[in-house]
Order: sequence, then structure tokens, then C-alpha cells
Amino acid sequence: MRALAEFIIIQTLNGFVYGVFLFTMALGLSLIFGLMGLVNLAHGSFFLLGAYLGLSIWRLTGSFWVAFFMAPVASGLIGIILEKIWFTRFYQRSHTDHVLLTLGLSFVFADIAKFFWGVKIEALPKPSILDGSINIIGTQFPVYRIFVIFLGIALFLLTWLFIGRTKIGALIRAAVLDRDMVIGLGYNVRAVFTVMFGIGVFLAALGGILAAPITSIYIGLDLEILIIALIVVTVGGLGNIHSVFWASLLIGLSETFGKTLFPELAMFLNFIIMAFVLIIRSYGQPDVEEQLQ
Amino acid sequence: MTILSIEKISKQFGGLQVLSDVSLKLMVGERFAIVGPNGAGKTTLFNIINGLLKPSSGKIVMESQDVTGFKSQEMWQKGITRTFQRNNLFLGLTTEENVRLAVHARHGLGRRISLPRDRSLQADQEVQRILETVKISERKKVLASDMAYGEQRQLELAIALAGQPKILLLDEPTAGMSPAETNDMINMLGGLSREVAFLIIEHDMDVIFALADRVMVLHLGRVLAEGTPKEIEQNRDVLEVYLGGRGESKPL
Amino acid sequence: MKSSILAVFLALLLVLPLVGIKPYHLSIVTEILIFSILAMSLNLLVGYTGLTSLGHGAFFGVGAYAAALTVNHISHEIGVILVVSIIVTGVFGAVIGWLALKLAGFYFLMVTFAFTQIIFCAADRWRWLTGGSDGLVVSQAQFFGKLIFTSPAMIYYISLGVFLITWLTFRQIVYSPFGQALVGIRENPHRMCTIGYHVRRYKMAAFVLSALFAGLAGILYVQFNHFISPVHVHWTLSGSLLIMVILGGAGTLNGPVLGTAMYLYFQNLISSFTEYWMFVIGVLFIALITGARKGLLGLGSTAWERLAKGRSSP
Repeated sequence: MRALAEFIIIQTLNGFVYGVFLFTMALGLSLIFGLMGLVNLAHGSFFLLGAYLGLSIWRLTGSFWVAFFMAPVASGLIGIILEKIWFTRFYQRSHTDHVLLTLGLSFVFADIAKFFWGVKIEALPKPSILDGSINIIGTQFPVYRIFVIFLGIALFLLTWLFIGRTKIGALIRAAVLDRDMVIGLGYNVRAVFTVMFGIGVFLAALGGILAAPITSIYIGLDLEILIIALIVVTVGGLGNIHSVFWASLLIGLSETFGKTLFPELAMFLNFIIMAFVLIIRSYGQPDVEEQLQ
Repeated sequence: MTILSIEKISKQFGGLQVLSDVSLKLMVGERFAIVGPNGAGKTTLFNIINGLLKPSSGKIVMESQDVTGFKSQEMWQKGITRTFQRNNLFLGLTTEENVRLAVHARHGLGRRISLPRDRSLQADQEVQRILETVKISERKKVLASDMAYGEQRQLELAIALAGQPKILLLDEPTAGMSPAETNDMINMLGGLSREVAFLIIEHDMDVIFALADRVMVLHLGRVLAEGTPKEIEQNRDVLEVYLGGRGESKPL
Repeated sequence: MKSSILAVFLALLLVLPLVGIKPYHLSIVTEILIFSILAMSLNLLVGYTGLTSLGHGAFFGVGAYAAALTVNHISHEIGVILVVSIIVTGVFGAVIGWLALKLAGFYFLMVTFAFTQIIFCAADRWRWLTGGSDGLVVSQAQFFGKLIFTSPAMIYYISLGVFLITWLTFRQIVYSPFGQALVGIRENPHRMCTIGYHVRRYKMAAFVLSALFAGLAGILYVQFNHFISPVHVHWTLSGSLLIMVILGGAGTLNGPVLGTAMYLYFQNLISSFTEYWMFVIGVLFIALITGARKGLLGLGSTAWERLAKGRSSP
């Protein structure tokens, strides 16, 4: 009985940890889609970028924390540059174009990463403060993971406050609902787009370096995390920040419990959840063909 | 003879009542105008008649058959076609390809993977005929997106005509047109066979006086008045709701 | 494409094995032919109907596994293999299509992606059926008792035959009223609904038809490769297919064939020089789509268009 309780609690915590990583990815994906209408399948590349940059900075400085703060910022800046010179041209295009372009970009990024960092799996050690474990109901649980969970909660609260309570947040919410109107009111929406894109990339990179000590860093991580993050935004709804958080936790939990309880089904499970949610949601909606494009 | 009977049609979207108890009877070959300020529910009424929306309550009867709730394809099958307020064309296709799609549909050819030469030629000829009726046949190989706005409005009409309608719904066909273009459109619509009845949403009183047998005024989703153009022009309630009058092309 | 150019190509393809081409190169051409069938089938969905799908790897895989299991356990006769595999693929196509077509755009893409992965997982996990990640070795098929896929040349000619039949079929489809209707659906499904087209039915027809041809490619592939594994069902195959279709020109008849040839050729060529061939393809791909001002189908107005086909539309 005690063993069961232990198992459930530990795996739930692990599920939350994974959920936090997903949230950092899904939040950016959702924001970028909600605001700019851009489907960004290169987002996983930004996650990986955060991890690799963090690795390099750590190698250079010897400090985890320097890497932890600098990698997302540097990535965010790279994101802003990319947005201004390239992404901004595609907001008007169809979602299909977005999918194809960003997919192509992710292939390019993967090879660039391969060039700079090679194909070996890399490890990033945890910082000494967070190294070690604490006792939870008789089992040892890594402190670092507790840190991740707290960071995730803080991130959610920050986002909630920012979007819900600030003037800029209101502007963003308005732009998600009716972009043209906001432009018509004289706001510089382009600048908002650029900043938001940068924040989205920052978040993904943050997730990457946050995850690095746990998952290790390798080419292919970008696609793996992208796929699950896409499941999260599909289930949570593109453009909807709150449900993205809960969907992240849900998928994080299902992924974790799935892997430990039903390894046979684990891979299936999330895809079945996604397909199920999508199909159920489509019932009761008017025919998709009759919607004006 | 009544071809279409709209009986107490109402429509709500959430808490918003867009149409309340709208009724009208359309005779075979009649030209019936629907006017009203923006937001009066005119386009919503059209969407209901042509099957894109279901009414919250009320009935639609066409040729003695209850067609309430029919889908857009089924309404089209019964002979109701429409044009749209904002051009709703196949922009990536040429003018003749736009019309051909509608012609194929009318002759039940849409599903076919093969078409014998003579049927194909017949279709070509019909497309040509329709384009000539609407006066854009010289532009048939031009991409719809490359056409001038007025030409696009004409193409919009051609697609609807290709369905060989018994009832044609025209949603502001002269919107955005110059006086000359408006005149052309009036002549074209006036020249249409009296086998085709039409419901026309318009703001331009010149068009209404030139074409309409009867007019209905909608305001905030309700029928405000109905009668001949002359009667409506003098109706006190209508005058109160509108500013401006006859003879000017400015919106009602 | 001008008939004269096509005729020359055809003649070339017919005599290829007879002019002393190395077996290795012949097998590349065979692979191109088989994947062209797959790309053409995806093109019907993506290029013509406008439904971007990551699901085609699944139908290829289903056809391939069905063919493999049939020839290994039920019958060596190619006729039986064809019938069984086509029916199985058709059922998958119909069921997935019926569920997925309630959605559009990004969500449609995601649901097709989900189904592909579900089928991939099944192929990977159900060892009892599919041999799991080890895959299946596939026996040779027969035609009335005689082995037919005996030499690279025979395999090539059979593939060429199937390819030509597919090409002719698609040519008929795309120029027909049905094909034009699909283009109409791509351009403006809303308007199509209001001019009498039951759009959902057309989408289903296109979906199932394209699934069937994808399955056909799969059936052919297992006799070419004599081996099938879950790798052939993975979504990255679907992704590569999309690239092949677009590279060559989506919404055109010959575009996918061209794109497949380019992609596979580059894959073979570039990867012998550098391991960064995905970078090259990625950049090329991005450049093409970026350069097409009218987006994906704007490729139709670029130089590719003139190369890939002779008509301006569909």
C-alpha cells in the first residue's frame, strides 16, 4: 500500500516535471499561433538551441547559472533577429505554407546543430545547489526536479498576470481576437509580434536548458519535444493560454504514467488522446467546408 | 403563383436576436428588393434561404415543399442560387473555369472522371453563353484575381446564373461599382428572363426603382414595411429610419 | 508537358535496362518510380484538393504490410496479394478519412499525423503480426505460379508498368470534371458548397483514392525491397513525401514525379559528399516556397511550372 502511494506520488511529480518542459514549448507555440497565426514547427529547434547554447556557455564559464540565464536570452535575441528578417514575411500565408516552411527550417537547424555540436549525446550537469535529493514519503526525489516544478508554477502565474492584468497583455488578447482592429486603433502590432516571438523562443530555450540535465542533449530531441508539444496545443487549443497549461500537465502525466505502467501502449497513448480530442471536438461544429476562409 | 414562402423566420445567435418573425411571399418571376440599414439582418436572411444557416424558428416553403433546414447543396438543387456581398470567387482559376464548375454541377457532371467530347463541348458552349450574358466573355482566359473589381462582380453573377436558378439571391450586386457599371448591371439584371425570380439586397434606390416590383424594409431584424417602391419611398416609418432619399446613389 | 518531350522520356525509360545501366543505378530509378506513385497519390490530396496531410506514410505502410503478410502466409499469387492489400488499404483510408475530414487545416494535419503514428506504433509493437522493429522479410510473388520479380530488370519493368498506369489514371482524373471540382474545393470550399457540390463526399473520394494508390506503391515496394519494417511507416516518410511533392510542383501532374526524382537523386548524390544533405534539401525547399509569392501553388507560376507541365491549370 505504501509502495503504491510512493509510486503514484513520485510518478505524478515526474509527470509535472515533464509537463513543465511541455508548457515552456506549448506556451510559445500557442502564443505565436494565437497572435500571429503562425504555425511554427521549428519551435523544437529553439528548445534544442537553448540546450546546446547552455552547454557551450557552461563549458566556457563553468557555471550552470550563467548558462541558465544567458542561453534563453541569447536564443530570444536570435529569435527576434530571425523574426525580423524572415518569419515576418509569412504571417499572411496559409497554414500549410507555415507548416512546410518551418518544417524545412527545422531540418536546416538540425544540420547546423550537427555541424557545431556533433551527433554525440551530451550531458549537462545540475548545479551543485540543486544536486541531491530530498525525502518524499520515504523515497529520494531529486531536488532539481522540485525546482523545475516550482519554476513551472511561477511561469504560469507570471504569464497569467502578464496576459490578464497588464495593458500589454490586454493588447495581446485583443490582437488575438481581432488583429486588424488593433492595427486600426494605431498600435504598432508589428513590434508586438516581434517581441512576442522573441519571448516564445526565449521560453522554448528556457525549457531546453531546464530539461538538459534530465534528458541529455541530442539531435532528435527537437522533433521529439515538438511532437508532444503539438499534441499539447492541439488538446489545449491553439491560442488559449490557460488550457495549454492544464493540457501540458495532462500530457506530461499521461506520458510518464504511460511509460511506466503500459510501456507497450506508451507511444500510442498520447496520439490516441490527441486524435480522440480532435474528433470529439469536431462533432457539433458546423461543417468545416461551409466556413468562409 | 408563389414560388417561395418565408414564414415567420427568426434567428438568434447566442443572446443576439438577428431576425424576428420575417415573412414574405415571392411570386414566380418576381423581382423583390430587401432594403434596410446595415445590421438589419438582410444577409443573414439570405444565408438562411440558401441553406448556409438554419433558422431558429419559422418555415421556408418552395414550390409547396417544406425546405426548412435544407443544406446549401440541397437548396441549390431546388433552384436557389446566390451571389455574395463580397466577391466569393475562385481567384486562382480563370473566368471560364469559375463558371465551368457551376455548369458541371448543374448538369450533374461534377462526379465524373471522364467526359465524352460532345458533352464537354456542350459545357464549353454553355459557359460561353453565360459569359456573354454577363458581358465578360472576352476575359474568359483571365485569372479571376487579375480582373477588375467590376468584372469580378459580373463573374460573381455568372456563377450564380450558371446554376439555372428559379430563384436568384443577389446580395448587393452593385456594391462598390461606378455609376456606369451600376447601369450595366441594372440592364443586365433587367434583361434576365422572367422565369427567374430574384431577391435583391440593395442600398442604391436607383437600382431598386429600375428593377424591383416590390420592396421590403428590414430594421433590426423585423419587417418594417412592404410595398411597391413608390409606396415605400413615401412611407413615414421608413423615412424616419433613413436619412436621404431617392435619386442619390448614396447608401440609404 | 509537351507530348514530344514525354515520348522521349518514355522511350528512355523503356530502354534503360537494355543500355548497360548498372544494377545499382537501375534500382535507384525503380525506387524513384515507386515513390513517384506515392507522391502522385499524395499530390491528389495536397496539390489538387488542398488537404495537407502527414498521413500518407500510413497508407503506404498498410499496403506494404498487407502485401507482405499476404504473400508470406496466404498466397503467393500477385492477384490475391493485390486484392487483399487494396481492400485493406481502402478500409483504412475510408475509416481514417471519415474521421479526419471533419477537420481542416492545422487540425486535419495533426489528426493525420496522429493516425500515422498510431499505425507506426502498432507496426513497431505488435511483433506477433508485424515482426516488430525487426520487420518482415517478404517472399517473392508469383503470376500464375511463375516468379516474376526475378531480376532487377523485371522488377524495373513491372514498376514502370504500374507507374505508367498510375500516371495515365491521374492524368484522366485531374483533367476531368471531378478533378476540376477538387481544385475548386482547394480554392474555395465555401463557394463550392453553394453551387451544389457535396464537398465532404468529394474530399472522401479524393482521400480514399489517394490512399489506394499509396497502398499500391507499398505493395510494389515490398516486392522491390523484399523487406518491410516500421521505418517505412514513420511520419518522416510522410514529411519527405510532402517535400517531394512540393519540390516538383504541387497541383501539377508531373511535378511530384520530378520532385521525387530530385529528392531521391539528391539524397543519394549529396549524402555521398556530405552528411549535411538535409541542410541542402531544407534550404532548397525553403527557397522554393519563399520565392513563390502566391504561396504553395504559386510554384505553378515559376520556372518549375514550365518544366513540370504544359497547362496553366489545374
